[in-house]
Amino acid sequence: MDSVAQRLSVVGAGAALELRGVTRLFGALAALTDVTITVRPGERRAVLGSNGAGKTTLFNCITGDFPPSSGTIRFFGEDITQFPPYERIRRGLRRTYQISALFPGLTVQDNVYLACRGVSRGRFSLLRPGQNDALMHATETLVQAVHLAGVKDQRVAELAHGQQRQLEIALALAGAPRFILFDEPAAGLSPTERRELIEILTSLPAHIGYIIIEHDMDVALRVVESVTMMHNGRIFKEGLPREIESDPEVQQLYLGGGHE
Amino acid sequence: MSLLQSTQLRPDPSANATRRALIRAWPEFQNPAAWLVALILVIMPLIANGFFLIEIFATTLILGIIALSLMFLAGYGGMVSLMQLTIAGFAGYMVAVFGVSGNANISLGWPWWLATPMALALATLFGTLGGALAVRTEGIYTIMITLAIGAAFYYFTNQNWAIFNGHTGINTVATPHFWGVDWRSDIAFYYVTLGVAAICYFAVQYVSRAPFGLALQGVRDNSRRMAALGFNPNAHRIAAYAFAAFIAALGGVLQVWNYRQISPGSVSVGACIDVLIIAVVGGITRPIGPFIGALIFVLLRTFALDVLIKFGLDGNRFRLLIGLGFLAIVFWSSDGVIGLWERWRRRNVSPAQRSGGGRHG
Repeated sequence: MDSVAQRLSVVGAGAALELRGVTRLFGALAALTDVTITVRPGERRAVLGSNGAGKTTLFNCITGDFPPSSGTIRFFGEDITQFPPYERIRRGLRRTYQISALFPGLTVQDNVYLACRGVSRGRFSLLRPGQNDALMHATETLVQAVHLAGVKDQRVAELAHGQQRQLEIALALAGAPRFILFDEPAAGLSPTERRELIEILTSLPAHIGYIIIEHDMDVALRVVESVTMMHNGRIFKEGLPREIESDPEVQQLYLGGGHE
Repeated sequence: MSLLQSTQLRPDPSANATRRALIRAWPEFQNPAAWLVALILVIMPLIANGFFLIEIFATTLILGIIALSLMFLAGYGGMVSLMQLTIAGFAGYMVAVFGVSGNANISLGWPWWLATPMALALATLFGTLGGALAVRTEGIYTIMITLAIGAAFYYFTNQNWAIFNGHTGINTVATPHFWGVDWRSDIAFYYVTLGVAAICYFAVQYVSRAPFGLALQGVRDNSRRMAALGFNPNAHRIAAYAFAAFIAALGGVLQVWNYRQISPGSVSVGACIDVLIIAVVGGITRPIGPFIGALIFVLLRTFALDVLIKFGLDGNRFRLLIGLGFLAIVFWSSDGVIGLWERWRRRNVSPAQRSGGGRHG
């Protein structure tokens, strides 16, 4: 695990994620306007905001699914603004999707194996993994960690919704993530599954930071140390969870506004 | 437990797990019907005469290999390429151009063991470049651009006399002779095609479960997510075109040895579409599909003529039969004859045995 130690030393150097003046236009519509955010390594932050506030667009800009129209994004000091998504992922960034983005034709195990393979060498290998393949063991462990060992040989298309959400998280935990973006991981989960989700999030190693988009305040405010409030594609407020919770403007805009 | 200390937990792989993994990896080895088919194929020269051996079975295997390359792209990669026959034809032309033929003004006269690897390499390069163009598009546009490449090559061979010898093509192409064997004699050639077909079949089957093949299926299912897992989807697509091009090129080399000549008619647009029909009729979810489709196609092409004439119809209407069969297949079974077969079998299996195993398509 010396690579983690190396990473931790790098981590100490500066911000994990640094967005400066990020704007994203869809035609004439500005989905994000001049967003500037700095997240420390290991920091866990919630992004709140009503529908259309620009939360998911923010994630898409950070991962490169849609590059920003202007502004810069730095990941552990490196300017990744122009990088394709896979280059960002290989540097330790991960994300989950609001609507599960899985491989329905493949088994659970193959889905997780692909995630492990994507961030390591041998992506084009023509040789099947053997019984002692390190990635196969990583896959097994990850499948167990998200409680999917019982269905690991089932095709993803046959899984229940809650199981698909868990798989969605497993894919983001593969390899050695440094920073994870969770896009509404609790959407559609039962209370029991929510408790499991919180357990997974709180038991992540301390050096892994994340940003979580979550409408469920019970989940969101329990697993983060800071909150960014977005409104109409701009940063509206930043602070500690209880500051945000008790902020009258925020309550007016979001908490009291009929949501949840 | 930290999620990241993944490699520390090493459950002992029991013999049972190894066996299950083997069964899942090579389902054929568990299937007595597959063994029976393999046995029949091996002893075929004892059963069939030269006509059946070459005109039916060797031709089926060659067309099956070319259609297999399309099955790989379409089934695992979701890319329908109509240029697979063009790649095969290009390989065939290269064998004729670099090797020995009756057109001494064109052929360079290299020995077969030099001309064949050259042809395979050039055809793979051709397919890879075509793929690099095609991956910029999706769905129907992939079909259009690969069809355009096929059509362009067809017209080019018609008009180019310096290399492709125009519409007359290249005739009396030499075939390999070594170790005292004429490898184009009926029985020897049958075994050569059977061997190459078997290698291609098992290679596709094997690669489909290797990281490259799995990643290709991932790209097919959700290329955006693949990028969010660290894969470069287009690089995988292009690599898939290269792999498929090599298989198609093998089929093309065998085809030119089979007919001993090659002309623009061998790479016509109609022939390109035949390969699509073969793959779809057989089924593009599994590597065996193209071979079943090729057998049906070759049987119809060979015998429909006599049957039609017996009923007082024009023999050239065999394509009508193929077309009707194609319509029926597409209408009733999206995964071809193997799909029909599987559904029929499932209906005959008791529900207790129906516990779903992981099927890969």
